[in-house]
Amino acid sequence: MSERRTSRATSVVLDNIDRALINALQGDFPLSQRPFADVGARLGLPEEEVLRRLQRLLDERVLTRFGPMFQIERIGGAFCLAAMSIPEADFDRVAAQVNDFPEVAHNYRREHALNMWFVLATERPDGIADSARRIEAATGVPVFLFPKEREYFVEMKLEA
Amino acid sequence: MARTAADELERRIIVATQGGLPLVSDPWGTVARDLGITPEELLAQIRSMLDRGVIRRIGAVPNHYAIGYTANGMSVWDVADGTIDAVGEWLGSLAAVTHCYRRPRSLPDWPYNLFAMLHGRSHDAVRAELEDIAARLEARFPGACRARDVLFSSAILKKTGLRIAASG
Repeated sequence: MSERRTSRATSVVLDNIDRALINALQGDFPLSQRPFADVGARLGLPEEEVLRRLQRLLDERVLTRFGPMFQIERIGGAFCLAAMSIPEADFDRVAAQVNDFPEVAHNYRREHALNMWFVLATERPDGIADSARRIEAATGVPVFLFPKEREYFVEMKLEA
Repeated sequence: MARTAADELERRIIVATQGGLPLVSDPWGTVARDLGITPEELLAQIRSMLDRGVIRRIGAVPNHYAIGYTANGMSVWDVADGTIDAVGEWLGSLAAVTHCYRRPRSLPDWPYNLFAMLHGRSHDAVRAELEDIAARLEARFPGACRARDVLFSSAILKKTGLRIAASG
């Protein structure tokens, strides 16, 4: 297996143990005193190896995060999908400006006239419109908001 | 707006863990110590947050690309208002769909009101899946879908998740 360190996650080599660990860690993390030991016991791995591999997967950006996933709507906050249509020449500048906003939880470039799609997450529902206005002011580009009207299904687990 | 002590503790737990859990043998004990509460208090609150859906799940968030899902397609559909909930429930139930939402149209440029994410190992695989879904949708709900498109991602520009301020 490759020991090469790289920031480009797409070139990271995963072995079968990495894949089993990623799959095991996508839900049901134990609320116990030694949760990594408990996860390791399910996979036949020592606790130290679980921790070492998990740290490497985070360092190499195979995993972007490890921890609780919050549904901010349940405590009065809001999520909102937003999109912008950015001229190609300005794309990198605007992407940097948009990403500077802590309310931008994630952001994807997409192949469409609306070429930037991001999710705003705020503690109060009125924070969405407010942050969209501030992004428009900072970038000079209109922000289209696509608030969720109904959720039919969400299942974020992906088999590694 | 006044917050209760429980709300305040919940908020402090979110701030302490939104960046991730510490990678140590006893992560819950470590977080509890940082918050000045007992591990039992922390776990009771975490269980309550899981029960109420404030926490969706606890675990790893993979970079789709790194685990081989290099094609991330946001499929969008213009579905007649009268049938959208039936179509949305059906589309969301398909194994290939990871997220499915109804969202407002933005006319005239954006006629689509149903969004369904598909993750695959190639653009061609996702396009083939979409063709199959579109054919089944038409057979099941004739005439309900008037237009569709798929927007593939070409770069992850940011992926940090929720970040609320430490004091608010």
